[in-house]
Amino acid sequence: MTNSWTDIKNADLVLVMGGNAAEAHPCGFKWVVEAQQQRKAKLIAVDPRFTRSAAVADYYAPIRVGTDIAFLGGVINYLLSTGKIHLDYVKLNTDATFLTKEGFGFDNGFFSGYNVEKRSYDKSSWGYQLGEDGFVKVDDSLENPLCVFQRMKKHYSRYTPELVSRITGTPKDRFITICEMLAGTSATNKVMTICYALGWTQHSVGSQNIRTMAMIQLLLGNMGRPGGGINALRGHANVQGITDMCAYSEVLSGYLSSPTEADVDRTTYLASRTGKPLRPNQMTFTQNFPKWFTSLSKAYYGNAATVDNGFAYDWFPKRDGAYDVLAMFERMHQGKMNGFICQGFNPLAAVPNKKKLSAALAKLKYLVVMDPLETETSEFWKNYGALNDVDSSKMQTEVFRFPTSCFAEEAGSFTNSSRVITWKEKAVDPPGEAKTDTEIMARLFQKLRAMYSKDGGSLPEPVAALTWPYLNANFPTAVELLREINGKALADVVAPPDPKNPTAPPTVLVKAGEQLPGFAMLRDDGSTSCGNWIYSGCFSQAGNLTARRDNSDPTGLGVFANWGFAWPANRRIIYNRASADKDGKPWDPSRKYLAWNGTSWAGGADVPDMRPDAAPEQGVGAFIMNPEGVARLHAVGMNEGPFPEHYEPFETPVGVNLMCPTNAKAVSNPAARVYKGDLEAFGKKEEFPYAATTYRLTEHFHYWSKHSRSNAITQPAAFVEIGEELAKEKGIKQGDKVKVRSNRGEVIAACVVTKRIKALDVDGKKVHHVGIPIHWGFKGVTQNGYLANSLTPFVGDANSQTPEFKAFLVNIEKV
Amino acid sequence: MTGVISQDVMARSATTTPSPQIRSAVPEVAKLIDESKCIGCKACQVACMNWNDLRDDVGDNVGVYDNPADLTASSWTVMKFYEVEPKAGSLEWLIRKDGCMHCEDPGCLKACPSPGAIVKHANGIVDFVSENCIGCGYCVKGCPFDVPRISQKDNKAYKCTLCSDRVGVGLEPACVKTCPTGAISFGTKADMVSYGEKRSGELKERGFQNAGLYNPQGVGGTHVMYVLKHADQPELVGLPNNPSISPLVSLWKGIAKPLAVAGMIGAVVASFFHYVKVGPIEEKSEDKNDEKEKA
Repeated sequence: MTNSWTDIKNADLVLVMGGNAAEAHPCGFKWVVEAQQQRKAKLIAVDPRFTRSAAVADYYAPIRVGTDIAFLGGVINYLLSTGKIHLDYVKLNTDATFLTKEGFGFDNGFFSGYNVEKRSYDKSSWGYQLGEDGFVKVDDSLENPLCVFQRMKKHYSRYTPELVSRITGTPKDRFITICEMLAGTSATNKVMTICYALGWTQHSVGSQNIRTMAMIQLLLGNMGRPGGGINALRGHANVQGITDMCAYSEVLSGYLSSPTEADVDRTTYLASRTGKPLRPNQMTFTQNFPKWFTSLSKAYYGNAATVDNGFAYDWFPKRDGAYDVLAMFERMHQGKMNGFICQGFNPLAAVPNKKKLSAALAKLKYLVVMDPLETETSEFWKNYGALNDVDSSKMQTEVFRFPTSCFAEEAGSFTNSSRVITWKEKAVDPPGEAKTDTEIMARLFQKLRAMYSKDGGSLPEPVAALTWPYLNANFPTAVELLREINGKALADVVAPPDPKNPTAPPTVLVKAGEQLPGFAMLRDDGSTSCGNWIYSGCFSQAGNLTARRDNSDPTGLGVFANWGFAWPANRRIIYNRASADKDGKPWDPSRKYLAWNGTSWAGGADVPDMRPDAAPEQGVGAFIMNPEGVARLHAVGMNEGPFPEHYEPFETPVGVNLMCPTNAKAVSNPAARVYKGDLEAFGKKEEFPYAATTYRLTEHFHYWSKHSRSNAITQPAAFVEIGEELAKEKGIKQGDKVKVRSNRGEVIAACVVTKRIKALDVDGKKVHHVGIPIHWGFKGVTQNGYLANSLTPFVGDANSQTPEFKAFLVNIEKV
Repeated sequence: MTGVISQDVMARSATTTPSPQIRSAVPEVAKLIDESKCIGCKACQVACMNWNDLRDDVGDNVGVYDNPADLTASSWTVMKFYEVEPKAGSLEWLIRKDGCMHCEDPGCLKACPSPGAIVKHANGIVDFVSENCIGCGYCVKGCPFDVPRISQKDNKAYKCTLCSDRVGVGLEPACVKTCPTGAISFGTKADMVSYGEKRSGELKERGFQNAGLYNPQGVGGTHVMYVLKHADQPELVGLPNNPSISPLVSLWKGIAKPLAVAGMIGAVVASFFHYVKVGPIEEKSEDKNDEKEKA
């Protein structure tokens, strides 16, 4: 979230789309209810189903799965063609005025630079025009046809309400009403928030779904403001913490892009990641990248990371390809993996295409499962009849199960969607022989290190030289780890020389050995160590700030500055400089968040996301991480184009992309990665005519809570949902057992026949949806059920590789 | 039995001794359920089963979101989901937390023949005292809201206690504490009526012209009330429009009971006079035995 849960109460309009906040985030949803009651905020729900969120919404519109960009692109067209945008904000805070390259273009489904064979783009024609001074050329009048604003206007002019309705199945009048409601927040005293979740991410165009909404929020002037922002509601209590701490391969802790094979040495690596301003006076905060990375290297390797060895750069792994979850299982499926350590993860249930996963796991020599529960993955080899019909005698994989503690059985922290890190103590001891994940990993590491020191190996240093500064080497405590993540001074950290008095003795900012007060103290000379720069400050000399429980809110704006610690720098709304106009006055005086007081930005409700002494007239942009200083409406970083474009899901009930009906190569995301064999496993609408989507229910949490009796009582057995019209066509009655098939597998479950799923009119044809909740399996105390991902396709988003769980094709019949 | 001591018992089933009158400062309490804020998450169901140490059977899906599908002896509150179209084309998914209404004039208590099996406390809570329950099921017939359930396990009647054990020590009911959206409030009856009317007004502003408080007077008002979006049509969410105690119960406790008592007294009086006039009835067992032997 750019904002926070508690900030939702400041919204005038709440859009729930690409998610079902009431269902999946019932506790956080209280702030939506609060906004409705106290601010008279309106709630809009857009979803293929009339959801629990829709049940308490003021307005609802149905939408076909996988067509969010068409809907939101239509909103952009509405805003730009009617002029209902927050123009001053757009000029101040976005790249609307920036000139793009002349060669950039878009034609019939492809942006310029597409290579059909490689299924990827040469992006050299995308991006901004640079002047001789190295800065981007701009046109403040917004009239130059090459400026981002005009490019965008042209691109989205194709998204007419009629076409949007034909693609999405959303009735045109409902679409227009929602456009009008959203447009109302272009006023300076109206703010909208958007709450989304996996309903936007789990698509082959997932990242672009979110970007389209971000563009709308920028056009309406809603970013960086109380009650606004782009708010990703995270699922697991600590999934934000997982991404922050680099539990995936593309980044190191704190979202530092991890080295690839092309980064042959530290200098090359740092050069391509250290930001240089694209406009005058911009903070370009990424110019500090070497400080973050060097401090991380010191946290990894301590004294072994020296100036002479480039702070151990050579010991970092260099990516030679993709290592996302789909890529991992593809490798495993090809028989290229020996072993797999599966920690707090149930991939047989959580990764698409169970059949492929099962075959992949069977090719391993060993599988280690660390989990508090008996997961389906740990018993992938065992026959459970139709639910897991495998031949155990043909399985060679040796499986080890390490019971781990549950969250209440260990001390540590959760980082929630609001980026707030909250400390918790251990409540009870774990049962039986269960150990904390930390202890298991520490013991494993000790063994591995002993083996390396005994036997050597081709490159033992990355393991042998790792610093391990814990009191008990087998049991690093959560406090020790959080202190390490926060970082400390290894030598005195001194202030830069004062230009007025260069010979004065240097001022010591942090003494050697002290915990750092924040990332501003990080250095690239090896004098600081820090396990995650964005968390720096959470455990300073002042103690463990994540354990704070002060729920006072002096401004009444839901800031709660002394509750836990929000990264970065305890800032509760990021980009918050954008809550004020170019002179530093709040856009909406009734929601005054921060303001320029003549000498400083300090003293507001929140920690300013701006250099405190940067006077407004210096023109320092609010989006300090970008070298532009402003937010991007035109984003070169995206793999399928700088402007989001509608592409159909890989399994489409329409079979054609109505945005470019003549281009068969641009039906679905032309830059998405499809593995050999998976293309053939996509189903066609002729055999599988119904649009299907998977989702979660409020009574359950993924595949855990089916092990809990209380949850099992409230939602005991698997079901699928269809509308009354389809049920009638198929002769299916309430509670009948039905079989749902995709081209990859099938599930059998009870059928919920509902008024809440209506057939949609898509381009003159009727599209029915089949809804498939995911929570059942063959372990636990609920009724056993089929794993829903027997059905789902093995393809992901072109940028994040998040699997397309939310839009695929099935058929359904009564059993 | 609950944590409330006997001075708080204002009414007791099948009992003629007068209720204690000494406590005059006990405020009446009420729970207010705001339908417009309820997302049907069932946290209240889980809180209820956890606080009361109840675990119902893990059932099955019968084609609806309601689970368990209805109140049971082990499920004292369940969420009921209603897909309705109050106006053509205007789908609403109304969700109602079902459970005991804690009537001011409780039909269950009136119907109960077992002394002290059902009590009503000064704060308005209607509670079942299980050790006195004989499992006759009259409370089920007496309830206008179809709430009590007889357990198959011990043949006793069960229902929501409004967490009388928690309320008795100054806590709110478990469901109220756990509700994530603030859809359930708890306080004095007067405060809850006032808040319910305020919420109804706010809902009217939001476009629900018939929003209102459900506090049916047919049972003397209730200590569990609803703010309904369509208070003019409570039957949309399975609530009776004008609930009242079954005439059979009224007959039993109202007219039939004095008649029966009169009948019983009459029988005693008649036998007394019979004794005085005719003398004791003599057993003729010997004759019977003789007849048996002959047979």
